[in-house]
Amino acid sequence: MTGTRKRKLNWFYIPAVVIMLAFIAYPLCYAVYLSFFKWNGYSVNKDFVGISNYISMFKDKVFISSLRNTLVYGFVCTFLQQIIGLAMAMFLNTKFKGRGIVRTVIYMPAMISGLVMGYIMYFFFQFKGGVINDIMASLGMAGYDWLGNGASAIAVIVFINTWQFVGVSMVIYLAGIQGVSQSYIEAATVDGASAWERFRYIILPLLIPALSSSVIYNLIGGLKLYDVIIALTDGGPAKKTHSLATYIANRYFDAERAGYAAAIGVFSFLMIMVISMIVNAYFRKKEVEI
Amino acid sequence: MAKTKELKENRQPAMFEDEKMPLRAKDWWKYLISLFLLIVYLFPFYIIINVSLRSFSDTTSRIRFPDPIYWDNFNKVIESGEIFTGIKNCLIITALVLLLEIVVGCMAAYALARNQSKLNEVVRSLIMSVMMITPLTILVGIYSTMSTIHATSTYWGMVLVLSAFGLPLVIFLYTNFISSIPVALDEAAAIDGASNFQVFFQIILPQLKTVTVTVIILQGVGVWNEYTYSYYFLQKTSMRTITLVIKTFFSAVSNDYGAAAATAVIGMMPLVIVYLCLQKYFIQGQVEGAVKG
Repeated sequence: MTGTRKRKLNWFYIPAVVIMLAFIAYPLCYAVYLSFFKWNGYSVNKDFVGISNYISMFKDKVFISSLRNTLVYGFVCTFLQQIIGLAMAMFLNTKFKGRGIVRTVIYMPAMISGLVMGYIMYFFFQFKGGVINDIMASLGMAGYDWLGNGASAIAVIVFINTWQFVGVSMVIYLAGIQGVSQSYIEAATVDGASAWERFRYIILPLLIPALSSSVIYNLIGGLKLYDVIIALTDGGPAKKTHSLATYIANRYFDAERAGYAAAIGVFSFLMIMVISMIVNAYFRKKEVEI
Repeated sequence: MAKTKELKENRQPAMFEDEKMPLRAKDWWKYLISLFLLIVYLFPFYIIINVSLRSFSDTTSRIRFPDPIYWDNFNKVIESGEIFTGIKNCLIITALVLLLEIVVGCMAAYALARNQSKLNEVVRSLIMSVMMITPLTILVGIYSTMSTIHATSTYWGMVLVLSAFGLPLVIFLYTNFISSIPVALDEAAAIDGASNFQVFFQIILPQLKTVTVTVIILQGVGVWNEYTYSYYFLQKTSMRTITLVIKTFFSAVSNDYGAAAATAVIGMMPLVIVYLCLQKYFIQGQVEGAVKG
């Protein structure tokens, strides 16, 4: 292709770039700008306050707990999803009639909106009439107020998010396992490797690419967790289950502190960016090693 | 990049289809585990259907099947018709987002795949970094922007915002795919006098069917279930999507869970049915789409 012809080709990406500039880059810059103002979100007056929004962030107890929760939602969910997802994939890779149905069913919740899943799970974890407490009652145990207590509500949210999206990890691992050449495994078996050794030294290292895509996918999903929390607790009780995402919306619309909400937004944008870059770099290094 | 190729090659087309296998007695423990998994994964669906079929006054345990079955929840929801408005809005928004993303996305990908200049390398990595921006982090900026240009409660506003967030992944998938199409094809057409546009529409576009299926599934599910931005940008009742209608039912009626559950059941149905019919494509799409970053 000639040079001019190639250069003319660049016109083809102008529409995409314009859309992203207008609806992502500009709002991002505007949010950074607003984070230096005290503003209620609708009035024409904005007061420039410098970095005081960023300073008050770290004095705000709810911000600190939202930050901690976000990291819990991100990392604990991701960890559980990898362990359970990989175990499910190993199990569903063994041959037996009907395994296709089990795979289909495990992936199905990923089709449901997080909000609706939150509402469905509300019927399980409600104090009065909730399914879990019903089961406990039939076993002669006293009911527990799962969502009325910060720590248990966070655990419930972690459980729901893990449960709903573990199918995604399972699918990625299954594709990875099916790609491991059967001849490696046979060779190892001939050499007398046990099932565990075959898994640990042959299958697992070859699954690094699958592991990295699954981790990144789940991690970003957990760090931006929003709709399940809205449906299940709306940040409560006593603002103990907020993630950064729900807290931003809460500060902006409920507390009318738009400048402050923008500052938290900028903070969590940078945090997610840095975390995903570190994780990406880590896996890239791992992949080179094998 | 290398990652995608690897997974793509490894992919087995019939991943979720059952091979012909006999039922074997020595597999009993596998069936025991399977049974447990099926219960854990189907029980929530059972419960929501169960709640949707019991009356307000029925306070027996939700584990037991409702007796008598109470259909009025569904009648109420269907009569109010809101859920159908929601389905209509979801269909319109999803279709428009997909159309825009596919057209704009594969054009951009064509340029980035075929003209790998230094400038375009920068453009490509900037586009990819957008994938790490999650919706809520720029909520304040985007909400002010949208109100200024009067884009709230409009289809076009919603479509443009959702497309902007979806485009990076779409461009990523198309760029990888187009890079695997031999350049010789373009060059032959160019020698015959075809313009860039003609090459794109006549040579490249017809070859993008499989990757377009992936794009439709990945983005379609996301847009269909979208809640974060819809909640803030579609405030007019007539503009509500399915998730918003379901939310209204759950938050408006203080204790009428029956009707809310019935709305949720109707709202979940379209996607679940499509998934069960086309699961093979959903799984392939998931495997290819997850390899981002």
